[in-house]
Amino acid sequence: MIICDGVTKRYGTTTVVDDVRLLIQTGGLTSIIGPNGAGKSTLLSMMARLLTMDGGRVSVDGLDVAATDSAVLARRLAILRQDNHLDIRLTVRDLVAFGRYPHSKGRPTIEDRVHVDRALDYMDMGHLADRFLDELSGGQRQRAFVAMTLAQDTEYILLDEPLNNLDMPHGVAMMSVLQRAAKELGKTVVVVIHDINFASAYSDRIIAMREGRVIEQGTPAEIVTPPVMQEVYGLTVDVVEHGGHPFALYFHASAVRPTDEAEAAPSGQETGRVR
Amino acid sequence: MTARALPVVPRRERTANAAALIACAAAVAVLAACSLAVGVGRLSLSDPAASWDLISQSRLPRTVALILAGAAMAICGVVMQMLTRNRFVEPSTAGTTESAAFGLLIATLVAPGLPIWAKMLFGTAAAVAGTALFISILRAVPMRNVLIVPLIGLMLGGIISSVTTFIAYQGNLSQGLGAWMSADLSGVVKGRYEMLWLLALVVIAVWIMADRFTVAGLGEDFTTNLGLNHRRVMTIGLSLVALATSVVVIIVGAIPFLGLIVPNIVALFIGDNIRRAIPWVAFLGSGIVLACDIVGRLVRYPYEVPLGVVMGIAGSLIFLILLLKRSTPVD
Repeated sequence: MIICDGVTKRYGTTTVVDDVRLLIQTGGLTSIIGPNGAGKSTLLSMMARLLTMDGGRVSVDGLDVAATDSAVLARRLAILRQDNHLDIRLTVRDLVAFGRYPHSKGRPTIEDRVHVDRALDYMDMGHLADRFLDELSGGQRQRAFVAMTLAQDTEYILLDEPLNNLDMPHGVAMMSVLQRAAKELGKTVVVVIHDINFASAYSDRIIAMREGRVIEQGTPAEIVTPPVMQEVYGLTVDVVEHGGHPFALYFHASAVRPTDEAEAAPSGQETGRVR
Repeated sequence: MTARALPVVPRRERTANAAALIACAAAVAVLAACSLAVGVGRLSLSDPAASWDLISQSRLPRTVALILAGAAMAICGVVMQMLTRNRFVEPSTAGTTESAAFGLLIATLVAPGLPIWAKMLFGTAAAVAGTALFISILRAVPMRNVLIVPLIGLMLGGIISSVTTFIAYQGNLSQGLGAWMSADLSGVVKGRYEMLWLLALVVIAVWIMADRFTVAGLGEDFTTNLGLNHRRVMTIGLSLVALATSVVVIIVGAIPFLGLIVPNIVALFIGDNIRRAIPWVAFLGSGIVLACDIVGRLVRYPYEVPLGVVMGIAGSLIFLILLLKRSTPVD
């Protein structure tokens, strides 16, 4: 169980995440949705101790992420951020094997090997295992990163925009894999996702954010409704049901442009990256 | 859970890899033998005592120094390139070499009687400080272009170097400074090279920590996610680099380009997984330095062209070729 208690992040005078109180139950796939600048990625990064908080606390199974030994957390929670442009020549297998570092500390055992192979298979990357990352397409690289995260074999898997760079078939495959990981392996998967319909089709729960706050949460049927969509995105949409899932038809919707000021805010996260 | 270590690479590939590595080691051994045989003094079987003197007093120290310095400086390049995530960073493009020379100069000026190891510690401390300054400048100026990073390092090195030159000029120590800034092995004899064995320790330390440096090469987020303290890995890595640089600068003198070209060549063929790359980097580093030194000793025999000069010419050529052949455009 992940508990966020009053989590706040500010960049200068802009509050990007504003006093978020949240409880993510163990098991299942939870999607965090919201317009650009809603603070989704920032919140996810703080949950995984990649960003420091300006207020509040996050606990994972009772462990305060700000105070717990990072190596202990690494065996319980894995995070993959978006925009992982790496200028490093590693093979896919090497990269995925580094996902085992929290367990193996660099001395891989048979069990580690099994996890690496399974993660490669899960992401359909087995045939590309010996290729260097810089020889892959953006989508293949994204799958390699997710495979690394799966190999880490943690109870909690946090993914920021895992559908980035993926075409439709691979996007569907990715969400199916994550859903399987939640169902078959009992993982707790939390994804930040842009496409509300992907969220609706694969999530057990959806958390809707806007302007740094969690404004709604519930099952897809509770969230993907015209009033909530209006509230979250400022869009008037039709919602239809197909195969038991509600889908928002947002094309040609009468848009009320959300304010732009929120979009510029999260760029502060980028500082500190030495390239 | 069984504790048996397993190779991540298939066996056949591993055998081929091992064979190539042995060939590489053999090539370095041949170069080392040539290095021992070449020189103005004649080795002759008729006077074994004199020959042995020559070898043990001058030739062997020189060859060992070349092997150690070559391997260590190439490995320093790998570590720095991982930690800064930039292919163009090495001690001489990050202000590290210049800072080490600055520290050595200050130590020589302030306390001329200090033993050489104490001066070396001064140099190391200055190199750590200079490199930390470089890293903090990089943090303050987030950059999109990979070439900006070494340019900043070169500028920083230039500033430190000009201050050092000024002080050396005032203190009448320009000649000593010149020896530090460009490698010259002619003064490396028995009794004046033993500190280089510290480099072997640095190489071993990097090898032990290889996975941590590779993880750091994935960036701060990945490093934290895998439960490592990014700052600590960075500090340890840069300290090892500073120590090695300081030792090489004081005993041999700076070896230009080595830390740039060797890691880039090895990355092309073997990749950046440091644990796998490290023997290649070490052998290639030693081999290139041995070859350049032999050329320097033969090209205008019986006179000697310093290693720094030969390396400067050969290194800049190889580096240019690497730059031009880089298939992916520079950002």
